Amino acid sequence: MSHDRIALPGFLAFLRRRPTAKSGLMSWLTTVDHKRVGLMYFWSGLFFLLVAGGQALAMRMQLSQSDNQLVGADMFNQLLTMHGTTMVFLAVMPLSASFMNYIMPLQIGARDVAFPRLNAFSYWMFLVGAIVLNASWFLGGAPNFGWFGYANLTSLEFSPTHGAEFWILGLAVLSISSTVSSLNFIVTILNMRAPGMGMMRMPVFTWMTLVTSFIVILAMPAVTVGLIYLLFDRMAGTGFFNPAIGGDVLLWQHLFWVFGHPEVYIIVLPPMGMMSDILPTFARKPLFGYPIVVFSGAAIGFIGFSVWAHHMFTVGLGPVANTAFSLTTSLVAIPTGAKIFNWLFTLWGGKIRFKTPMLFAVGFIAMFLIGGLTGVMNSAASADYQQHDTYFIVAHFHYTLVGGGLYGLLAGITYWFPKLTGKMYNDSVGRKAFWLFFTGFNLTFLSMFLLGLLGMPRRIYVYSADMGWDLPNLIATIGAFAMAAAIGWLVFELFRALRHGEPAPADPWDARTLEWTIPSPPPEYNFAAIPIVEAREDLWDRKMRGRTAKTLPEGPLGIHMPSQSWMPLIAAFGVLLGGFGLLYSLPLALTGVGIILLAFFAWALEGEAGYHIHPAGEAK
Amino acid sequence: MATGIPHIKLLWWSYLASDCMLFGGLIAGYLIYKGRSHAPPYPMDVFDFQTTTISTFILLASSLTMVLQLAAIQKGNLARFRLFNILTILAGLIFLGFQVFEFRAFYDEGLTLQTNLFGASFYLLTGVHGMHVAVGVLWMVALLIYSYWGGVTKKRAIDVEVAGLYWHFVDVVWIVIFSVVYLMEYTA
Repeated sequence: MSHDRIALPGFLAFLRRRPTAKSGLMSWLTTVDHKRVGLMYFWSGLFFLLVAGGQALAMRMQLSQSDNQLVGADMFNQLLTMHGTTMVFLAVMPLSASFMNYIMPLQIGARDVAFPRLNAFSYWMFLVGAIVLNASWFLGGAPNFGWFGYANLTSLEFSPTHGAEFWILGLAVLSISSTVSSLNFIVTILNMRAPGMGMMRMPVFTWMTLVTSFIVILAMPAVTVGLIYLLFDRMAGTGFFNPAIGGDVLLWQHLFWVFGHPEVYIIVLPPMGMMSDILPTFARKPLFGYPIVVFSGAAIGFIGFSVWAHHMFTVGLGPVANTAFSLTTSLVAIPTGAKIFNWLFTLWGGKIRFKTPMLFAVGFIAMFLIGGLTGVMNSAASADYQQHDTYFIVAHFHYTLVGGGLYGLLAGITYWFPKLTGKMYNDSVGRKAFWLFFTGFNLTFLSMFLLGLLGMPRRIYVYSADMGWDLPNLIATIGAFAMAAAIGWLVFELFRALRHGEPAPADPWDARTLEWTIPSPPPEYNFAAIPIVEAREDLWDRKMRGRTAKTLPEGPLGIHMPSQSWMPLIAAFGVLLGGFGLLYSLPLALTGVGIILLAFFAWALEGEAGYHIHPAGEAK
Repeated sequence: MATGIPHIKLLWWSYLASDCMLFGGLIAGYLIYKGRSHAPPYPMDVFDFQTTTISTFILLASSLTMVLQLAAIQKGNLARFRLFNILTILAGLIFLGFQVFEFRAFYDEGLTLQTNLFGASFYLLTGVHGMHVAVGVLWMVALLIYSYWGGVTKKRAIDVEVAGLYWHFVDVVWIVIFSVVYLMEYTA
């Protein structure tokens, strides 16, 4: 639809002139192309993966030996808080988001997401959130109370620096970014699939994107409420978490974990979806039990909302509550196990090629299994009394979040890198980096299981020599450096490939889904002609039956492309000003709000616009 | 559109699901702290049911004017659309005016954000709701201005429909808040 008939008053006529730069900085600042948005998320996520990894290395160096004074207590607390917060919100989630943005529309045969400008806004909001959160380092100190921010350690009395406000505002902005993204993905997946692509013909990665998006929009508000309460406690003198006036610190824990547990499924479900696309490709076999895998993903998402208080077994909720949450937590292991079995049955009898993505994928199965089984150990409330707040838990969640989440993401990164960049990396380097990472990972986190059972508590910056924890800690630190080296090696190789790699064909892996039917990297419009889908794994079906795809005829005007826009960036900039203004300057805050409102109105008034091109590339 | 639901409508319905969880959390927070304030004023000390009933009625009436606004533009009647749009704006503004009046009255009776848990949870819950109403009013004003630039048409009635979705949602949330916060005091 076009707004050309709207009689905008003269002073608003400039809104008709949309930015059109196709290269250079302006083209990135005004892009609405899901592929470019995906790339921006990718490089940002990778950057913060390295930042958070550095924070981990600093901690590991401090803990490598007893009675160490390399890193003091307060700095250590800042590091552990920011390592967790950065990894969750600025590394792993955006890396997932990058593929949900880039690949999902390709997998469903779409030209973009349903709301391209909103998509760009999500990315800019992510960047604003990342800036606000990390500004804390330079403006009084980073938050130092753990990524879960328990009250009332987070009160003004016990956390006097602005670190807490930066944490609150940063998370609030990031939650808006994620929510908006998820809304976009839901509409895109439900409404914009190519003809013939029924829901049960979608690739599992797309399915998991859909499930994850629903989890995001339903879980985020819980932490938002908590963050509002905390912000008001700190800035307006309310007493939501002040025991002196009757406030309940447990309310924070409930609100946080009602979000926080679904959050770990937000982290792990997209990588699981990647697994379900990658394993069949490298085993040359269809995914075993596709309907069960899909249904299990949805079941995990649903049941995942009922388990949150397993993070609170030791706070005194009582035996009835503890039992209930033990049961629900064990229950969520069932669909999770179903996925594992289906992946194993996919491999069984397959013709397996151990390329880099496959190594990470198979590694995922083994590592996530360890994480999941120790999760079942933790789900027994009675056992958790021993394990809670020890390194056993740290090991458990790193086996699931890294062994599952990050391995899955690395599988996805090494799988889709040729598609995104049009370049092949050196697979031998990838495989070696995998083994180095795998070795380091297990050295570090197996040691932590041991340390946990030996009684080493979490979140301590130093321990004394007579605890007997020195050797496992040293091994864990060595493992951490091995992981860092492996990631550094892999990232270096990816950068090298970006500049000097062999050109990648459309389908370097002999794969099965629609994204591999278009060039690497895809043209701006994705598909020259929208395919008519005839099967699940439509590309494989075409290969096996030797057919070419039927396609939709091109419209008389050509392919409709969305126009670029400044408004998403400007609106996000307004949020940045508003955030800092809230902390430092009322006029700045009001300016920020003003900019947001103006940008939103301009966004509405400039309309969807759009232009047409023909696949040969000529604009109309 | 594979679901048959236009993108913009599907988007807003999904967003409302999220907003539901937000208000659910805030209402839960209010209920958890109900009766646990250490110091007065307590709800029955400050609530003025007659006044709040009036403002509630006005907000509910605004849902009617919203529906009539939509029906008008769906039939292409721009003048009628504008009439009911303005009435909706007025109703929203009056409701907000009542909120301001009520907050001031409570403040004068000693209820602030800091006084007790009731003050904190009440002002936050109704304040967040009030902000949603304010955004809605802004949206209505935008539609009104837009209608003078030829932007509101029978063909694009869906733009008014999604504004209506939002407006009705905010209204329904108020019904829940009114029941849980005000009316339930009678059962205590």
